[in-house]
Amino acid sequence: MSFDRARSRSEAPAVEAAAPRRGRGTELVLLVFAIGIATFAYVSVDLGALGRVPPNALAYLGGLSVATAIAHVVIRIRAPYADPVILPIVVTLCGLGLAMIHRLDIADGTTRATTQLTWMAVGVALFVAVLIVVRDHRMLSRLPYLAGLGGLLLLVLPLLPVIGHSIRGARIWINVGPMTFQPGEAAKIILIIAFAAYLVQTRDALALAGRRFLGVDLPRARDLGPILLVWIAALGILVVQNDLGPSVLLFGIFVLMIYVATERISWIILGLLLILAGGFAANAVVSHVAERVDFWMDPFIDPTGQVAQSLYGLAYGGLLGTGLGQGRPDLTPIAESDFIGSALGEELGLTGLIAIILLYALLASRGLRAGLLLRDPFGKLLAAGLAAGFFLQVFIVLGGVTRLIPLTGLTTPFLSLGGSSLVMNWVLVALLIRLSDAARRPTPPSSSSPASQAETAVTQVVRIR
Amino acid sequence: MNSPIRRISAGCLLLCIALLINATYVQAFWADDLNARSENRRVLLDEYSRERGPILLADDTPVAQSVPVDDEYQFLRQYPGEAVYAPLTGYYSYTFGRTALERAQNDILSGDDDRLFVRRLIDLVTGEEPRGGAVRLTIDPAAQQAAWDGLTGEGFKGAVVAIDVQTGAILAMVSTPSYDPNPMASHSFEEQQATRDALAADPDKPDLNRAIAQRLPPGSVFKLVTAAAALESGEFEPDTEVPGPADYDLPQSTRPLPNQSGEACLDGTPTLTEALRISCNTAFAYLGNELGDDALREQAERFGFGTQPLTNDDMNAATSVFPPDPDEPQTALSAIGQFDVQATPLQMAMVSAAIANDGVLMEPYLVREVSGPDLVSPIERTEPEERTRAVSPETAEELTQMMVDVVENGTGENAQIDGIQVAGKTGTAQSSPERPPYAWFTSFAPADEPSVAVAVVIEDAPDTARDDIGGGRLAAPIARAVMQAVLGS
Repeated sequence: MSFDRARSRSEAPAVEAAAPRRGRGTELVLLVFAIGIATFAYVSVDLGALGRVPPNALAYLGGLSVATAIAHVVIRIRAPYADPVILPIVVTLCGLGLAMIHRLDIADGTTRATTQLTWMAVGVALFVAVLIVVRDHRMLSRLPYLAGLGGLLLLVLPLLPVIGHSIRGARIWINVGPMTFQPGEAAKIILIIAFAAYLVQTRDALALAGRRFLGVDLPRARDLGPILLVWIAALGILVVQNDLGPSVLLFGIFVLMIYVATERISWIILGLLLILAGGFAANAVVSHVAERVDFWMDPFIDPTGQVAQSLYGLAYGGLLGTGLGQGRPDLTPIAESDFIGSALGEELGLTGLIAIILLYALLASRGLRAGLLLRDPFGKLLAAGLAAGFFLQVFIVLGGVTRLIPLTGLTTPFLSLGGSSLVMNWVLVALLIRLSDAARRPTPPSSSSPASQAETAVTQVVRIR
Repeated sequence: MNSPIRRISAGCLLLCIALLINATYVQAFWADDLNARSENRRVLLDEYSRERGPILLADDTPVAQSVPVDDEYQFLRQYPGEAVYAPLTGYYSYTFGRTALERAQNDILSGDDDRLFVRRLIDLVTGEEPRGGAVRLTIDPAAQQAAWDGLTGEGFKGAVVAIDVQTGAILAMVSTPSYDPNPMASHSFEEQQATRDALAADPDKPDLNRAIAQRLPPGSVFKLVTAAAALESGEFEPDTEVPGPADYDLPQSTRPLPNQSGEACLDGTPTLTEALRISCNTAFAYLGNELGDDALREQAERFGFGTQPLTNDDMNAATSVFPPDPDEPQTALSAIGQFDVQATPLQMAMVSAAIANDGVLMEPYLVREVSGPDLVSPIERTEPEERTRAVSPETAEELTQMMVDVVENGTGENAQIDGIQVAGKTGTAQSSPERPPYAWFTSFAPADEPSVAVAVVIEDAPDTARDDIGGGRLAAPIARAVMQAVLGS
């Protein structure tokens, strides 16, 4: 295949049979840096806020190193060809998030960082579990409808009477014993898997052209079913659960994935039109959508002052930031969760915020790159969906807190306080690792079965057309 | 499927660039505007967490200081002088901003002043916490306390200003009723709000600095200005006889202007000295018409009327006024300090001070020097400055003798001090029949070698019968106490 030729050209000196570069050594070096940054940030918070080195600095370093080492070793064993940049980025982001949550703990007199550290351990455990259980990503494509149903079920769980629970007006939580979860985070990943599996099966039909309008091939009316279904589901989340972020994100991811599957720009246009229509409808029905737009136009009229405080924090940080522990991020509402980006922007400055945005972009680009390199359509779709969806979420939340776009409630991956988000993002990264391992793994000679060749052949025909 | 993935990657790149540009815009370009917004608590907190410099009296007693406390603001602003010094210090409130010297000297006190730049640089290098500079006032604590005790002892509403006649330095500035500024600097919003509400609701306006910010009709103390204009005109001497009938027939008016007593002044033709001694209304009304409003206004302006005082200290003092275009009966009334003549206690103290200082009016000032946070290295010291020559030395000498006569033989007897010659003038000004008159007294001492000039006004004397309210009776004893306090120290 053309990709393999391209790759073997770029890695010319390596003989195909000899062990190709796996990148595990690079990963280890980068991980040492990541843990260094995380520990330094943690120590620097205490130095800045309290003027002392935290007494448990070594324990923190040790705990972080052990968790990271486990993840690294499991990658070495189960996904030796995985992209070496992904895990270090994740560890760096987690470390920065923990440092900021610890910093807010100092300001507010709480101990949420400990909880978050525990959740990170759970996240690493699930990461390991995913890498061990999911030996080949293609096994995820087997039950698209069941996965879709499961995802939807998770989405509606918070609406159930006993376990459902609302926080800050958004009914997206469930109570399990003493703890609360956001099943939406898990639903997002499961639905992306379901979309990918479903689109692989139906993409040929979806790609068929219908009427031509203004130079764009419109899809056939009968193929509009799925997109309308997801659109209605997204609107449902918005109206019933009163949460703007997840519905925009879910629908956005679905539109992107249809586009990747069909290569038809008309789906994107259709998606944007539906978002606009949904937006207008929601504007009329759900009061807080209009409010969010008003507060976006003029953040200073918002009585809660969320975005205004976030902007003040960013401005106070300026180019280089106040230094960890020396700003006032506790003045920003929900600084430990939705607004953690602006809290970091305040204390690390524009410089730090840019670094964080670039880390996210790098992580997403690694996922998209895996999508390009993968040979099977399901893998390509899954990688593109996970990576683009991940970055879309980053854009929606960071754009919201920096007043680029209206604020919508979403967590900042790996940084925000919250178990469900952190754990599920570790799962997402485990999938990206698995996909990038498959993408970079050298093709064993003549391993492809006649069946898969036939599958590829069909794909080729469609692509040429 | 690769070309859509590439396009989506390009889309993600665009989103990423949008985030980066927007973050740069907010943090690098919009930041200054955001930091300047008044409701931005971060900038305020930053300022609050810095050790604000003290405001000190002439003897280095602090009347405003920041003490370290264990809360998010790190320092609590305290006013040990409480209500006595509140008109000077003002308050420094987290929610309601700053007033008086806390506002006027904010740059020095907060350490933001350009003159502290080198200090800030040194602090930056040495890692020391930046601190604000100190403001030293000209206020003499003994004089201030004497004035406060005099006014509050009887529950008077009023004000006192004392000036060093040779320099213009303000030695006392008291306004009653006053308020305790400490709760305004409290770290509890509720306490600030309650204090502020109480201040706003109080009909007596305790947060009004009556010494410099409130103008009242000066009444008979303004006769000093009229007398000065008469002497300066060259047509009158202290022993020139002027008509002082029981009623002065106001020109162009059927309503006569009577003397307070209802009788003619002495023999009906008192000398200028005698007219001032007994505060003869008809004689001074006559003088006013003889001199004309232009001569009166010019004289008043040479004493400081028509120009805002204390602008160097940025204290928002009120400008005293002589009416711009009075007709003849209005001129006659203006000559005795009625009609639209309005003066602050500071202005009347300036009149006495100019007479005492051989006719030269010194620019009044409150801030003696500002210094760095170490309180030792002065950054700027106020140099005494001549403002105008109000009257010639001869006129000043003649006025001094006339004022001594007032205290020794006339309405100002209550200002006499054993062994020291005092020069003064009383005033009892009617503003309207509905309210009691304002009792004024202005004086200086010692008459032969003057050092301190005082003006006292009593707006309201709750326990005094209306007929007993008079400058000589109520205000002169307070002026005496303040002068004694200055001279005794």
